[in-house]
Amino acid sequence: MMKKITIVAAGLLSVAAIGTAIAQESQNPAVKARTSIMKLYAFNLETLGGMIKGEVEYDAEAATRAANNIVVLTQIDQSAMWPAGSDNASDPATRALPAIWENFPDVGAKGQAMADAAVAMQAAAGQDVEAVKAAMGQLGGACTACHKAYRAPEN
Amino acid sequence: MRRFLRLAAGVVVLVGLAGVLLTRPQRVDPAQLNDVTADLVRGEAVFFAGGCASCHSRPDATGEEKLKLAGGRRFETDFGTFIAPNISSDREAGIGSWSVLDLANALLHGTGPEGQHYYPAFPYTSYANMTLEDVASLHAFLGTLPAVAVESDAHEVGFPFNIRRGLGGWKLLYLQPGWVVEGDLTDQQARGRYLVEALGHCAECHTPRNAFGGLQRDLWLAGAPNPSGKGRIPGLTADQLDWSEADIAEYLRSGFTPDYDSAGGEMAEVIENTSQLTDDDRLAIAAYLKAVSLPSVALVPE
Repeated sequence: MMKKITIVAAGLLSVAAIGTAIAQESQNPAVKARTSIMKLYAFNLETLGGMIKGEVEYDAEAATRAANNIVVLTQIDQSAMWPAGSDNASDPATRALPAIWENFPDVGAKGQAMADAAVAMQAAAGQDVEAVKAAMGQLGGACTACHKAYRAPEN
Repeated sequence: MRRFLRLAAGVVVLVGLAGVLLTRPQRVDPAQLNDVTADLVRGEAVFFAGGCASCHSRPDATGEEKLKLAGGRRFETDFGTFIAPNISSDREAGIGSWSVLDLANALLHGTGPEGQHYYPAFPYTSYANMTLEDVASLHAFLGTLPAVAVESDAHEVGFPFNIRRGLGGWKLLYLQPGWVVEGDLTDQQARGRYLVEALGHCAECHTPRNAFGGLQRDLWLAGAPNPSGKGRIPGLTADQLDWSEADIAEYLRSGFTPDYDSAGGEMAEVIENTSQLTDDDRLAIAAYLKAVSLPSVALVPE
């Protein structure tokens, strides 16, 4: 009897685990691809942020490498990564709002603002930490502007 | 029996009179403003720290448009829908004709120029701790912003909440000037306390409310249900928010979390304001937050 309960419980647990896994990661390759780009942004921003916070010493070369990567990320053609039906109404694993597909010109303008901020960071990265700090504010503003308009709040 | 009735009637009259007196809108004593001077630079800092534009600019305004304080944003609550009024410098539609005293009465006591109570959707329970120098400086700065001739919309509030006099009773219970976090604070923590508890009115969202809409001050900054019904507004106490002081300051500056995600939701609006503060002020906020702990509001021991 006890064994049976254990097996049933284990079965339920694994179902729950699969459910959680699905809720966390999309099975849609397009969503996976664009999420990966976001992770690459975060990784490189962390290098710059660590210097601003004084967690690591300012290093012009490391800062420039991170900034160069961020510029490259803004240059990736993402047009195939946002197919119809990859919004949060169709896929619970993404927070992308359907409004994106209704406002492509504005999304493009916000993307351009991000690209401009990345270029500004590239110019600042080799100067000093104060310049990096100022450019980080512009980058943060660009990220936030798009997320505010087109990303659903976290649950 | 007749004597008893007379006595009872007397008690009713007295209680009523006391109620009328107690629920009367409060005002600042004009003499207190005698030696107060205004400073525009200071006023601009107060404007951003106080987050005026987040509620009083037009819905969806960005950039320079956020300095046009024509109102119109809608705030849906359990008590009705409040619509932010025009506080631009227009003398008719806005508050351009207000004196420093008028602004002080509004911010510190939630009292309008005609002696009416304001609804606490306007966070005067926090602003009540503002210094008069900051009020006068903000008054000067608001005068430099554009005048917009757009009439304010009336709040959509039903009975009994449409009887403003009742707010006098609410204020008696929940408008409590004075600091929540007391004790031996450093100068930096004290500055942070002023920015968080007074100007920034952080507790208005990050502290849970009771059934009457009053802040539960014993659960200060402990996090709260999101009024939108979705998710939860996070707690900011030292035991809940494990970010370093540098993390908090950077978040308030660029909007990046320690994971380098960006701020979302209402906090994106807040960061548009806090990004305008000085590094010292952002670090002061961080130092204060690290000093707040639960379950009882107390200073975190060194």
